[in-house]
Amino acid sequence: MSRRDTRGNRNVPSPRHSTSRPFLRAAGLIAVLALLAGCENSPSSLTPKGPGAASVTPLWWFMLITATLVAVIVFSLLGMALLRSRQEQPAERPMKMDSQRFILLCGAVVPAVILVTLIFLMLGVMADLDNPPEEPNTVIEVTGWMWWWEVRYPGTDAVTANEIHIPAGEPVELRVTAADVIHGFWVPELHPQINMTPGIIDTIWIQADEPGIYRGQCTEFCGLQHTFMALLVIAQEPDEFDAWLAAQAEPAPEPSDPVLQRGQQAFLDNQCLFCHAIRGTSAVGEVGPDLTHVMSRETLGAATLDNSVGNLAAWTANPHEFKPGVKMPAVNFESEEFAALIAYLATLE
Amino acid sequence: MATVSEQTVSERLDRLYGNPPGFAGWLSAVNHRQVGARLIVTAFIFFLLGGIESVLMRTQLAQANLDVLSPEAYNQFFTMHGTTMMFLFAVPMVEGLGAYLVPLMLGARDMPYPRLNAFGYWCFLFGGIFLYSSFLFGMAPDGGWFAYVPLTGPVHSPGLNMDFWLLGISFVEISAIIAAIEIIVAVIKTRAPGMSANRIPLFVWGELVTALMIVVAFPALLAGSVFLELDRKIGTHFYNALEGGSSLLWQHLFWIFGHPEVYIIFLPAAGIVSMIIPTFAQRPVVGYTLVALSTVAIGFMSFGVWVHHMYAMGIPFLSLAFFASASIMIAIPSGVQIFAWIATIWTGRSVFKTPFLWILGFFVIFVLGGLTGVMVAVVPFDLQVHDTYFIVAHFHYVLIGGMVFPMFGGFYYWFPKLTGKLLGEGLGKLNFWTFFVGFNLTFFPMHITGLLGMPRRVYTYQRGLGWEVLNLLSTVGSYILALSVAIFLWNVFASLRSGTPAGPNPWNAGTLEWATDSPPKNYNFLEIPTVSGRYPLWEEQDIYSGEDIDARANAYLVQPHHLHRATQGTTPLYAETDGIIRLPQPSMLPLLLGFGIAVVFGSILVNLIVPAVLGAIWSLVIITIWLWPHEGDFVE
Repeated sequence: MSRRDTRGNRNVPSPRHSTSRPFLRAAGLIAVLALLAGCENSPSSLTPKGPGAASVTPLWWFMLITATLVAVIVFSLLGMALLRSRQEQPAERPMKMDSQRFILLCGAVVPAVILVTLIFLMLGVMADLDNPPEEPNTVIEVTGWMWWWEVRYPGTDAVTANEIHIPAGEPVELRVTAADVIHGFWVPELHPQINMTPGIIDTIWIQADEPGIYRGQCTEFCGLQHTFMALLVIAQEPDEFDAWLAAQAEPAPEPSDPVLQRGQQAFLDNQCLFCHAIRGTSAVGEVGPDLTHVMSRETLGAATLDNSVGNLAAWTANPHEFKPGVKMPAVNFESEEFAALIAYLATLE
Repeated sequence: MATVSEQTVSERLDRLYGNPPGFAGWLSAVNHRQVGARLIVTAFIFFLLGGIESVLMRTQLAQANLDVLSPEAYNQFFTMHGTTMMFLFAVPMVEGLGAYLVPLMLGARDMPYPRLNAFGYWCFLFGGIFLYSSFLFGMAPDGGWFAYVPLTGPVHSPGLNMDFWLLGISFVEISAIIAAIEIIVAVIKTRAPGMSANRIPLFVWGELVTALMIVVAFPALLAGSVFLELDRKIGTHFYNALEGGSSLLWQHLFWIFGHPEVYIIFLPAAGIVSMIIPTFAQRPVVGYTLVALSTVAIGFMSFGVWVHHMYAMGIPFLSLAFFASASIMIAIPSGVQIFAWIATIWTGRSVFKTPFLWILGFFVIFVLGGLTGVMVAVVPFDLQVHDTYFIVAHFHYVLIGGMVFPMFGGFYYWFPKLTGKLLGEGLGKLNFWTFFVGFNLTFFPMHITGLLGMPRRVYTYQRGLGWEVLNLLSTVGSYILALSVAIFLWNVFASLRSGTPAGPNPWNAGTLEWATDSPPKNYNFLEIPTVSGRYPLWEEQDIYSGEDIDARANAYLVQPHHLHRATQGTTPLYAETDGIIRLPQPSMLPLLLGFGIAVVFGSILVNLIVPAVLGAIWSLVIITIWLWPHEGDFVE
């Protein structure tokens, strides 16, 4: 910034009046902190792990760079206007350019060019997202419930909850809907979101390029426990996926050990079976997660807790401690019965 | 001799346009400045309440897994925060500023329907109290300010929470529509002679377009709310998909109101910017016609973009492409305004007083919010940030940047016109800088929080997802914002107690509101001013020269013995005098009618048929008295 003789027409005022400075400093600081923060395991839409999410990130970077340039130019013009208008000059000085032309050029023509370009880029990405890279071989039905996810694999008996296993490296078709209220299906690293609406089945595809676990979370406010309605997408090598699917389609084994038998009886004698199903038993409840292979899952309570026998016992004893307001009631068991129940559930792998 | 009689006239008129004495007189006030000031103060109190809610929410989110607010409380708070800021703060605030300032800018004595104006205020006050009374019963609305069905339907929200919401906002919407009608008629019929359409102050343009938008947009939500309340109370199926209804219908009705709503809030604020910049650049605005046309263009375009709130609903490709393109292109009229303001500063001489500072802050924040606005109009990107903290960041940049910054600028600018005192400059600058820093610290990190995958409307979050540091920054920022608002209140109290008297025109501004005393006498202007330009006080001509005025009209308005309030009537386009508009005297009827409607709404809430019917009969009786022709109405 050049500082000239105060008598001349270009005496630049002290820079502390420039409004954008503190802001830029703060923005820089925040950007650094964000980078540090981003080192952790965020389910970030900026680190795409599948072609759906990956088709959006170039658009984002294009928009971010363009927007930054626009902001810099606009703020510079504003800064220059402020500097110029502080000079000791007669009040009314025309601009070099005709002012109407300046307004229309900067305010309408240049933006129109940028925005129309953006519209065409957008339409290209929309078309990419509309069609999967290849025809999906696997169809999965995902239904949102207050506040968990039901996952079915049509053509098989496999039903699971709160995690979607998919074969890696190929697109999978998801048919999403909701059982009660509108939910939002979003796995940021894999694919842009879609709402799940009761009575409507929407179809999207997702693909994970590599095996891995990708976190998703309900995005549409769905009531009291919207917060603890997360899910995991678990991408596996195709043969591992096939093995997993075959195992999930099996019913639960009949327990032979008397303690386990007692645990099963506890499940069937109490209110558990009104909501939960364990295939192979008389429990065919449909409004809670299918528990046939509950111990094969990574989490409990829609990714509220890591899955372990200890957490399972704690959750079953009082789910409201971890997820206040969850639809599952806390049941009063006798301690022996409860231990048998947990022992039985722990065998459902 | 002349001065003596002028004083007598002044005193007489001041009494004629003032309130009757006492508490009853206070309740029956209909003067536009009293109603406007009440709207402004009440809306600001709701701004404080919404702000307290937000600070509590930020406290809950300061760290992972905190337990400051229960899930129920958090859901109620974010619902009431959004509802308060949109319905109880922003809209009444812009309408209150309009009710106070528009007649002064137009050179009128009052608005054309003073009693209706007062009725609008009582509806707003009762509606706001109605909504907030839900906290006393522990039944505050908890379905979000957007109240999506089926979550808010009878099955999933069986409590009274959403009934409070539906009835309360309907009440407030009545008030908004009333104030809008008032402003439209005032602008079209009561401008000072000579104030042709191309000389209307840009703030008034903003208020006019906003008012027209309210009249079109609010009935959609009113209808939608009535449908939902019918679904809830008597089991209709407007939104029940199982019986052939549609939950999407609600979203369309809500957003065809909801998107124009943000421009309803923004356009008057942009008008404030267009008033403050010329004053502090000490020159007329550059590109007046372009700015006015942009205002009108935004008004129209804003009705073609609502679906961009619904991209994730599985909308067909072609509709998405249309609504996305419209949403992207609406940036252009805003761009025109931005560069018109830059050109005005460029060719003027800046005076760096507090109001101007707020406008510069508006520039920075609003431009950034506008840029992210273009981003979220782009469908695929929106679907990666929809309902995340990126959106929270974006719309606080446009709403706080686009409305709250100009509003504070407007407070500092027009405070003398309301109170006769100037606000403190030093405290004002402190107020501005703490607000600016606190705002950016709160909301800038949210862009990143959203990109890192954090959804909105969650009462807590788990550790290890990379969201902790950013959330903590936002919480600290919100405390700085709260501090800043406290500084503002302090400034107001200090100024009211011992502020510098301002005089009629402390900023050397050019528009009519500065031609009269600060605060103005009850009658605003002793004689009808005439204008011959956009900045009458900067013109050579005397505004009281009497040119362009129908001498009989002027004579009627200044004669000391007339017994009725009145203001000039002028033609819509060229503002030529075409008569006198007789105005009613103060009246209790607006309050009594508001009370009757409050009884109806309260009774519907708790399913009491008899009081509801009695309230309706009461209201009809009041309306009949209100409309009963009085002797003398037709004698002129």
